[in-house]
Amino acid sequence: MSNNIKRAALVLLAASSVGAAPANAADGEAAFNPAFSLILGGTYGNLQRDPAVPATGFATDQNPGHEQGFNIGESEMGIFANVDPEYRGVATFALAPAGGISVENAFVQSTALGNGVNLKFGRFFSGLGYLNEQHAHAWDFVDQPLAYAVLWNNQLGEDGVQLKWLAPTDMFLEVGGETGKGRNFPGTDTAKNGSGANVLFVHIGDDIGIEQSWRAGASWHQTQRIAATSTGVPDLPNTSGGVSDSFTGSSQTAGLDFVWKYAPNGNIRERYWKVQGEYFQRRESGNLTYDTAGKNITDTYAVTKTGWYLQTVWQYMPRWRTGLRYDRLDPGSAEVGALNAAYVIANYGYTPTRTTWMLDYSPSEFSRFRLQLAQDDSRQGLQDNQVFIQYIMSMGAHGAHSY
Amino acid sequence: MKKIMQFMALLLACGNAHAALNVFACEPEWAALTQQLAGDKANIYTATGGLQDPHRVEARPSLIAKARRADLLVCTGAELEIGWLPVVLRESGNPAIQPGADGYFEAAPAVHMLEVPTRLDRADGDVHAQGNPHIQTDPRNFLPVAEQLAQRLIRLDPDNAGYYRQRLGAFNQQWRAAIAKWQERAAPLKGVAIVVQHKGFPYLSDWLGLVEVTALEPKPGMEPSVSYLSQVLEQLKQHPARMVLRAAYQDGRPSEWIAERVHIPAVVLPFTVGGDGAAGDLYGLFDDTVTRLLAGLK
Repeated sequence: MSNNIKRAALVLLAASSVGAAPANAADGEAAFNPAFSLILGGTYGNLQRDPAVPATGFATDQNPGHEQGFNIGESEMGIFANVDPEYRGVATFALAPAGGISVENAFVQSTALGNGVNLKFGRFFSGLGYLNEQHAHAWDFVDQPLAYAVLWNNQLGEDGVQLKWLAPTDMFLEVGGETGKGRNFPGTDTAKNGSGANVLFVHIGDDIGIEQSWRAGASWHQTQRIAATSTGVPDLPNTSGGVSDSFTGSSQTAGLDFVWKYAPNGNIRERYWKVQGEYFQRRESGNLTYDTAGKNITDTYAVTKTGWYLQTVWQYMPRWRTGLRYDRLDPGSAEVGALNAAYVIANYGYTPTRTTWMLDYSPSEFSRFRLQLAQDDSRQGLQDNQVFIQYIMSMGAHGAHSY
Repeated sequence: MKKIMQFMALLLACGNAHAALNVFACEPEWAALTQQLAGDKANIYTATGGLQDPHRVEARPSLIAKARRADLLVCTGAELEIGWLPVVLRESGNPAIQPGADGYFEAAPAVHMLEVPTRLDRADGDVHAQGNPHIQTDPRNFLPVAEQLAQRLIRLDPDNAGYYRQRLGAFNQQWRAAIAKWQERAAPLKGVAIVVQHKGFPYLSDWLGLVEVTALEPKPGMEPSVSYLSQVLEQLKQHPARMVLRAAYQDGRPSEWIAERVHIPAVVLPFTVGGDGAAGDLYGLFDDTVTRLLAGLK
């Protein structure tokens, strides 16, 4: 009898602890299984110039440009959850302004390897630089710095594998490598075995007292460009509308990045100040075919291009931030093979720059409105005074942002 | 090359160099409690300072580096750290402190939660599904948390079980005595009407019998506008309060604005260990909290 009572009491105890468990288990991302988030973002852009014109000297690179008028460029949907005790899955989908959905990220991440090792595979934003991994809704300006726009088509996404190792040191020290298909610029999407692009990066960082923190990094990217065609490239004969060129060769990019943040008492809710900058240098070396539709002359071609930006963001009171950014590109001076010397522009003699100011207001942790003014001198003789108004709203699972 | 190998070997050895537990405390109050229970058997790193909003912290490189080597993580839970801790844990590459592991400890599940929302809607502001996470403003909450934390320390470091049990016993005794003393001193506060800047004090009010008339934030986590403060002002004419409370890390302007107009004192409470000079440890935290509240009555 007393045994029965004991047993009943044990069962009750067990039941009550089981009953308590789901409340605790419904924590964090698992509360929504899988967690779901939706970013609604949109911009109104007012430009004086045609955004389709690329930065001077960068016609063979990228020009993601800007949308004019109203558009929902930054809307994004995310789904994430632990797959099992060893893996976590993440997928984010971008809602394209003209309709349609593109897969921004779709990767699986290890959670149990230990010893500071993180493995990621699938489609992800490369870990190079500082800004590359950040999603558009976390940007401090409406657009990416010119260096990112031109050299990485805003953001380098990779289909492949990333391996990172965090050192067991007091100071943050992380090294990582990636290998992937190299589908995206500066890679060229070609059908072949093996890898199409490789990335190496190292990050270090620490605090200085409780008020300051910083992170610095270096990265290196390498890919092979195969029959990469560019249209509308200006030439020495000044062909109207430019010509189409094709390049095959290697592309190697080295980058340096740093960010420093300061908050009185370390309390970022009230006020903080952030300064960041990045520098990229790309060396392309191979063969250039000039005017593929006409003269079709192939000879050697090599050029070193650089781009950097420096920006600061100041939250001067809760909810209100202002920021200033300066961008600069250098198209470099190309070594053009003798056959193309009379056609291909070796030196543009112009350094594209842009100065941008922004002011944003966040009514809550989940909403933000932004005004941005820019004087864009990235195109010679085509100064563009740009105005943007933007909103970013996040719904669903409470996001956690990286540094 | 040999030097590099030696360096790598040294790095790998680092994790085992100290026999003591490496503890990563999300907030200063849990660092202080762990210190009480673990004494010199733990190296404690505190992720946030006494003057920081623990909900708004960045996943700084330093936090990730410290989490990498931690054996035990001690945090509030109840979504207080949801904006930064998941990134720190993911980037740390340390399975020992992931949710569900023995090295992951949350204080909130040990206590009775207040203000558990009946509906989850961000139209109500930044509400937390499991209730108000600011549990450290009621000293009684430290008793069950200490009990469970000690058990966790024992599970992670069974060799020192006796030591932890002895420290827990001593803490329980001293803490209960201290609570009795604070309650005696705070007796005049029972039934006193207060206004709070942020809904950060339900546990304190529950403990001391303070009556919360209203909050200055229109919704949790939303900064009050002047027009909203004017509404609060009208409300306070109907239902007067004796003082307006805020945590040390919060912007003083909304409290001062109200205090000036209704002629009541704006009281700044340390909120956690290190929130002000007098709140150097857990005992100082509540000594000073009670002292400041009593000063507000005058």
